[in-house]
Amino acid sequence: MAIDENRKQYLNRLEGKNYFILGDEACAYGAIYAGCDFFAGYPITPASEVAELIAEELPKAGGICIQMEDELASMSAIIGASWTNARTMTATSGPGFSLMQENIGYAIMTETPCVIVDVQRSGPSTGQATKPAQGDVLQARWGTHGDHNIIALAPNSVQECLDLMLDCFDLADIYRTPVILLMDGEIGHIRESVTMPKLSTIKHVSRKLAGPGEEVFGGSELVPGMIHYGKGHNVHVTGSTHLSSGMRDVSTQKVHDVLINRIYKKIDTNREKIVRVEKDISKNKNARVGVISYGATARPAHGAVKRARLDGIKVDFLRLITIWPFARKQVAEFSKNLDVILAPEMNLGQLSREIERFVNCDVVSVPKIGGVPHTVDEIYNAIQEVS
Amino acid sequence: MGEYRHRLMDYVREEIMPHRFCVGCGCGTVLNAFTNAIDGLDLDPAKMVCVSGIGCSSWIPSPYFKSDTLHTTHGRPIAFATGVKIMRPDLTVVVIAGDGDVAGIGGNHLIHAARRNIDLSVFMVNNMIYGMTGGQVAPTTPVGVKTSTTPHRNVEPAFKAADLVTAAGASYVARWTTYHVFPLMESMQNAIKKKGFSFIEIVSQCPENYGRRIGLRTANDFLKRFKEQSIRIEKTKNMSEEELENKIVIGKFCDMDRPEYVSELHKLTNELVEGVKKEKS
Repeated sequence: MAIDENRKQYLNRLEGKNYFILGDEACAYGAIYAGCDFFAGYPITPASEVAELIAEELPKAGGICIQMEDELASMSAIIGASWTNARTMTATSGPGFSLMQENIGYAIMTETPCVIVDVQRSGPSTGQATKPAQGDVLQARWGTHGDHNIIALAPNSVQECLDLMLDCFDLADIYRTPVILLMDGEIGHIRESVTMPKLSTIKHVSRKLAGPGEEVFGGSELVPGMIHYGKGHNVHVTGSTHLSSGMRDVSTQKVHDVLINRIYKKIDTNREKIVRVEKDISKNKNARVGVISYGATARPAHGAVKRARLDGIKVDFLRLITIWPFARKQVAEFSKNLDVILAPEMNLGQLSREIERFVNCDVVSVPKIGGVPHTVDEIYNAIQEVS
Repeated sequence: MGEYRHRLMDYVREEIMPHRFCVGCGCGTVLNAFTNAIDGLDLDPAKMVCVSGIGCSSWIPSPYFKSDTLHTTHGRPIAFATGVKIMRPDLTVVVIAGDGDVAGIGGNHLIHAARRNIDLSVFMVNNMIYGMTGGQVAPTTPVGVKTSTTPHRNVEPAFKAADLVTAAGASYVARWTTYHVFPLMESMQNAIKKKGFSFIEIVSQCPENYGRRIGLRTANDFLKRFKEQSIRIEKTKNMSEEELENKIVIGKFCDMDRPEYVSELHKLTNELVEGVKKEKS
């Protein structure tokens, strides 16, 4: 998991260079910078370019990239590999993300760090296979069954695809949980200039290990340390409800209650450490209208905000970088003096419902589906309508 | 005189014994054969990972066998094991799961793992039924059998898993029954020693949820039946399909050397890493 000599040797050739690449490709480079040891995936538009670049480059840095027979197998393989002390990931899009849900639940239940890139496309089902959407926002949150929490980040530029991959791997290790990079087909398939970071500027988090006598699946800490395979500890990893020793107990109410609450709380109570937003607040702080957006949609949304200001409309802007856990406090604060919040999304209003739960003003969804992103005009008109 | 302790007790998680298999279940026999096989191989369980799925026989390694354990979602143990083996080729990775898990819901992973020839040993305990869920038809249930989801009779032909895996490209394939314990033990050792994908179909008994549907109420009834029905593969060469009906073909189906997937993968990675090194110097 550490950045070894092979990785350094590979990354030294990149640092400081500017590449004109796809969001998918930047995501792949981000994974290599993050020390990803193992990738398993299955081809799907518009995420295939992640796998293709990783297949080309990761082995040169000493990592392994394989293509599995389906998305269920891909998710399975990265969980298995993670227990050997490897940083692991997969990349997919809506239909594949749906197939991964059961094993994402397994990764949550067994507290297995791993990263899932979902380059969202227009659905349901095969939908518009090559067109972008943001329709998996709630699938990312609630796609697998049972009570759980999740971390999901949404980049809005090609550079950010690279940068956020580093955060995804760190968050996965810190909280021992699957982390989702919730991209969209628009960001995945645009080509922009990216600066390859200097390796010395990146701080890699190391996975917490269980000390002698410490339990791998519980104990006093919200996030217990891991013991990896091959150490002679007879680690027992199961998706069934288990004691802190890892041994199954599926009939005691309290065992399930304690386990699931701890797994839930480790993300919930660290919400403020995890959540990141970007604000653009109008100068005199006297705006009545706010716009909240994320991912590709945040670009025309921010553009519309800037144009409205040129026309004298006072409007604030908030971009969610962390989608889950939801930026409750930041959104509530943002809404304080506002009369109305517009929420443009490339879906029929998935995150706008979450926004409604934490604000006292009106929330107006600005949906757009059909595989075409919002134009600046469309969001500008929506701002004008409520101003 | 000290207290009696079974010589294989070190291989099991003693604290959770006694086991929960039903009376007469074949899983105990398989656990017995497996621990004996490991003992005979002089293999350190600390260097083993046992992977299982969902179903009665998945309990053989998890929780009973004492090693690192990965008890996965239904049907996926081979795919999980693939990730483990690739990243830790030095560990012995064994999958023990049932026919519903390995040949039913996880059938695709089985044939692809055989095709890749990944160095895993898969021991599929075939009791011809979904036992844990109460006796539903399996892809291995013979035609004509009444199960809880084929209450009138099963009209689907059964998978011949050993034949299937042989055709898919495995390095080592065998089929035994719980009657053939000693050949099974030896076969398990050969499977583990084999570098490549190895597969043993272990025809086993479920008196509780299968036996009572076909009139075999005890383990003894089953074992007698297995003994009568079994025929060594060497003797089947000139037999017609009709003659082989209702027979359990036992023995070694294939044993060959092919390039192993994980070795090839790491060889390629090393070449590419060396390439970067050369480019630099």
